Amino acid sequence: MAQDGIRLGVDIGGTFTDVVLEGPDLFASTKVLTTYAAPEDAIVEGLQRVCAAEGIAPSAITQIIHGTTLATNALIERRGARTALITTEGFRDVIEMRSESRFEQYDLNLTLPEPLLPRQPRLCVRERVNAQGEVMIALDEAEVATRIDEIAAMGVDSVAVGLMHSYLNSAHERRIREMIAARLPDVSVSISSEVSPQMREYERFNTTVANAYIKPLIASYLCRLEARLKAEGVTADVFLMHSGGGIISLQNAADFPVRLVESGPAGGAVFAADIAARHGLNKVLSFDMGGTTAKICLIKDQTPKTARVFEVARTYRFKKGSGMPISIPVIDMVEIGAGGGSLASVDALQRIAVGPESAGSEPGPASYGRGGDRPAVTDADLMLGKLDPAAFAGGRIALDRDAAARALDTAVGTPLGMPPQEAAFGVTEVVDENMANAARVHAVENGEDLSDYTMIAFGGAAPLHAGRLCEKLGISRCLVPPGAGVGSAIGFLRAPFSFEATRSVYMRLSAFDADTVAQLLAELADEATAFVRTCDAKAPIETAVKVYMRYAGQGWEIPVTLTPAQAGAPDAATFVARFEEDYAQLFGRTVAGLDIEVTVWSVNASTPKSPPRSMPESAAQTTLAPHQATRQMFDPARATTLEAAEIARRALAPGMRCPGPAAIVEEETTIVVPASRTALCHADGCIELSLEGAQP
Amino acid sequence: MTLSSVAAQVMWNRLISIVEEQAQALVRTAFSTSVREAGDLSAGVYDAQGRMLAQAVTGTPGHVNAMADAVAHFIRCIGRDTMAEGDVYITNDPWEGTGHLHDFTMVTPVFHGDKLVSFFACTAHVVDVGGRGFGADAHSVYEEGLHIPIMRFADRGTVDQTLLRIVRSNVREPDQLVGDLYALASCNQIGVQRLNDMMAEFALSDLAEIAGFILDNSRTATLARIAALPRTTATGEMTVDGFDTPITLCATVTVEDQRIITDFTGTSGVDPKGINCPLVYAKAYACYALKVAIAPDIPNNHASLEPFEVTAPADTIVNAVHPAPVALRHIVGHFVPDVVFNAFDQIVPGVVPAEGAGCLCNFQVSLRPAPGAAEARRAEVLTFNSGGSGARPGLDGLNATAFPSGVMTMPVEATEHAGPVIIWRKELRPGSGGAGAARGGLGQVMEVGALPGHEFDLQAMFDRGAHPARGRRGGTDGAPTVITREDGTPMRVKGKQFVPEGGRVQMAFPGGGGYGPASDRPLSAIQRDVARGYITPADAQRDYGLTQAQIDAAEELDP
Repeated sequence: MAQDGIRLGVDIGGTFTDVVLEGPDLFASTKVLTTYAAPEDAIVEGLQRVCAAEGIAPSAITQIIHGTTLATNALIERRGARTALITTEGFRDVIEMRSESRFEQYDLNLTLPEPLLPRQPRLCVRERVNAQGEVMIALDEAEVATRIDEIAAMGVDSVAVGLMHSYLNSAHERRIREMIAARLPDVSVSISSEVSPQMREYERFNTTVANAYIKPLIASYLCRLEARLKAEGVTADVFLMHSGGGIISLQNAADFPVRLVESGPAGGAVFAADIAARHGLNKVLSFDMGGTTAKICLIKDQTPKTARVFEVARTYRFKKGSGMPISIPVIDMVEIGAGGGSLASVDALQRIAVGPESAGSEPGPASYGRGGDRPAVTDADLMLGKLDPAAFAGGRIALDRDAAARALDTAVGTPLGMPPQEAAFGVTEVVDENMANAARVHAVENGEDLSDYTMIAFGGAAPLHAGRLCEKLGISRCLVPPGAGVGSAIGFLRAPFSFEATRSVYMRLSAFDADTVAQLLAELADEATAFVRTCDAKAPIETAVKVYMRYAGQGWEIPVTLTPAQAGAPDAATFVARFEEDYAQLFGRTVAGLDIEVTVWSVNASTPKSPPRSMPESAAQTTLAPHQATRQMFDPARATTLEAAEIARRALAPGMRCPGPAAIVEEETTIVVPASRTALCHADGCIELSLEGAQP
Repeated sequence: MTLSSVAAQVMWNRLISIVEEQAQALVRTAFSTSVREAGDLSAGVYDAQGRMLAQAVTGTPGHVNAMADAVAHFIRCIGRDTMAEGDVYITNDPWEGTGHLHDFTMVTPVFHGDKLVSFFACTAHVVDVGGRGFGADAHSVYEEGLHIPIMRFADRGTVDQTLLRIVRSNVREPDQLVGDLYALASCNQIGVQRLNDMMAEFALSDLAEIAGFILDNSRTATLARIAALPRTTATGEMTVDGFDTPITLCATVTVEDQRIITDFTGTSGVDPKGINCPLVYAKAYACYALKVAIAPDIPNNHASLEPFEVTAPADTIVNAVHPAPVALRHIVGHFVPDVVFNAFDQIVPGVVPAEGAGCLCNFQVSLRPAPGAAEARRAEVLTFNSGGSGARPGLDGLNATAFPSGVMTMPVEATEHAGPVIIWRKELRPGSGGAGAARGGLGQVMEVGALPGHEFDLQAMFDRGAHPARGRRGGTDGAPTVITREDGTPMRVKGKQFVPEGGRVQMAFPGGGGYGPASDRPLSAIQRDVARGYITPADAQRDYGLTQAQIDAAEELDP
């Protein structure tokens, strides 16, 4: 990878497009409002700004890494192409019937999300492969031809092909693709055995339909972007961040656009992983809080946790099950409706509720004075003295404290008989508690205890809430890195080229077939390596093998990592030993006498991770940071208002410390140091909040 | 100390989060697929008196009241004075637990110093408890499997090995069951740890004050909803297939100042087969029906459930007493909400849906080698499936979606890996939703066979064959369940039936009833249904009076 070149990271978010330029001796970043109609416009504007700031020509850029919410938004807003599905006879309604359950038990008027495709363009063909991968009913090509005629008559731009058990035998899907290509060369085709070759028809078909649905849109955007950048004089190749935290080529992204879903938050996780590596931290909770949502991710051994299914486009208060599953390798995180713009209200039980509804940027929180009259988390933060009304967003937005007080009083204070200050306390406590609860449940789902984790906080709202969150989670150490406001775009520049190839093949260890396993793993390694080679022709490529295993009859697999030697010469005894080791680690003990089975095989090929940038020498001893001003700031743990030091972040030199309560102010945010914590400026500019040395 | 209002708010949230975490830990560690795949479990936290403070929202309304009542039984049977730190208590008693022997409940006391301050409880449906296996074939509970009365699973941290040996020697899958028992115990332990953390954080020495806050608020909110209802009484009834003879369920709902009473007088007596329901399970579904209608947003706890009282004469099918067989008590239980809704609709019109498919459309396939077949095997394959739910006022019923149960179906590809079974078809059943201003949810069709070389028994657990879901306020009935062989030979909706090699079973699961007169349905909705194939052109003509031109226009609609 061209680490020594000049690289550009670009993250298109819901509100802002963040652009970061980084080279051996230069760094610049900027935020441009996202231009929905033509997202490439914001990129070009950002490109021009950072190039001008550093005095370089766009042609000097050697590589561009791009992540975007466009794929996610197209799925949420249903702005995809006219798409059809060809599936096995008898299974026309798989993407509509879902799991046949209600994601909310206590709502008689529940409506389920509409499938991406209504029934009409879901067409069936007679064919059948069984669970052993054997053809039970051969494909009838005359019937396929008839279906293709129907598709031609519908005028669709994109076709998804999803057949039963195709992850075991893809011959029928491939043949249908050939026939479509021959008859309708302009129609793009996505087949489930390539997009998501895993068992479970609902997830696989839905992922394939989603891929087909956004393929024309993303392909056209990427094509326009390439042309615009060329016109600006950019000669570098453009690569894309994928949901799994790696980078793929523009062509891969155009073929499998569903892999771009949630690529921005994935970049954030990579950013946190890089900070973790630099600080030698093996257990990190990444906390990314923006305007609308908070994202929480576990990073162990400097590697973000990954998963194989992700849910997008949740339609019902971010509730699990109310969206649609996308079955691709993703960085595993929880996203909840808790951000600076999340709105507060009082429910029927006289409980304070915060989010997921957000004030967004228009009208924004009440204190923005842009017509919003409902209280948001930012309003509560202002009331408690966590924000300086004159210094918000570098002083570009003057916050109106009275408007915040009025909104809080009307929506929360009056109904509960609380003064505005206490109402503000209630609102911030509820949103902090919601985030803490999400983090706790996520940790338990992963068999982790957070008490020995370090938090890494970034995103505009995170530094205001990180200290309190640490108190609630019993986390004693938190880092707020520099560049926190554009963390995801920086993360893009730290990501390796990588691709994970997976295959769902069931094998009981009692019927272990070493030759089949060796061949399967070799095929997966070839597939993954070939993808990475399209991005980088020369770099060394590392492969990592994971097999997902469980006791036969269980529903949840655990990922078991194999060494290259174990993968190269597979044998059953090693598989058993590795599974039992990991199972005991997760759940305390193994179970004797049960057969073990492998369900999914995965090989990840990757160029080496960029080595953590070296940590500058830390100051030999710490000094107390000088402060010019103080302010009254509420401390939730002590439930009282305290006099807090106010310090500009740029005035903090490495080795300076500052006991809480304090507010460390920077352009885009403020780091709140609770009374229970002390802040310390590290040599690399990270601000650490820790229990150490805190005032008793 | 006096809790500040903010601290109390935070702690209430925290307790709800703790029980969700407890439930999540159970899903992660349990063995039974009914828990892991289908979500058939529950978890809750209680105060020192055994009053439930918070319960995880899981897939099983049937556990709600059962769980709320269970801890009181444990306190009575074990004896509060003998309880000690490290104890874990267990039962699968259908009448003191959650309705059948397949549900195990575990309770763990929490101590602060020497003081008993709280309990955690959890329940899960396990795959096997011995006896005749999961089905309606037993004639008494003694034949349905191993019964464990309320007793210690662990005594001051030491697990009772004698109990485990007895359990192991009585069930078909001993490792899985014992694994599940440990999973239940460890999920309570997660709850205990989190509660201890919370008590330390807020410097609490007991839960009395926070319990008071939660219960007072919940009671006030629930009573306010009841106060808004008319003081009146109404009776609903419904007849369903039963096993060999039809069952009539009858519920009289009476709204009083401070409570709602549901009484099942008039309901059929117990059945000789194992489809009877202990009162605790019927009570749970009666309570669920009323709560979802009038107080869906109030979390389940002792005070929010208390005003919903449920009574039934002994030896009715909703109050089967020991030793009646109860293994498939879910069939009657799942129909209870429709009956309660039939009464409630007369008290407050315009809230509850029409009747729906009701009970889950579950079946088990027992496969074995056909005579003379080589390379064939034995296997038991269980699937959960759903018909259509009833139409709502202003909203169509949900297609092929479980109600009132909240469990999930298994993927067909996963089912086909579980044994040599082939599911040839699993898709929506056009025309099966009752007509109305709002259409009933569509049922589904399935077609099941076996791989070559196998024959099988089908254990059918269906209903609504002769008694389809009825429409409400002018809506028409949903389609009934129809089970046939591939040649059209009818099969029964319940019981074990043989299918030879090469044979297939075709199943059409019921649709939900319609709501309001079909003449009130907007033309655009009818045309959309025609375009999507939810109804056939013939249905549109017959049920909604569409002209041929209107039907032709529908088929031209842009998807």
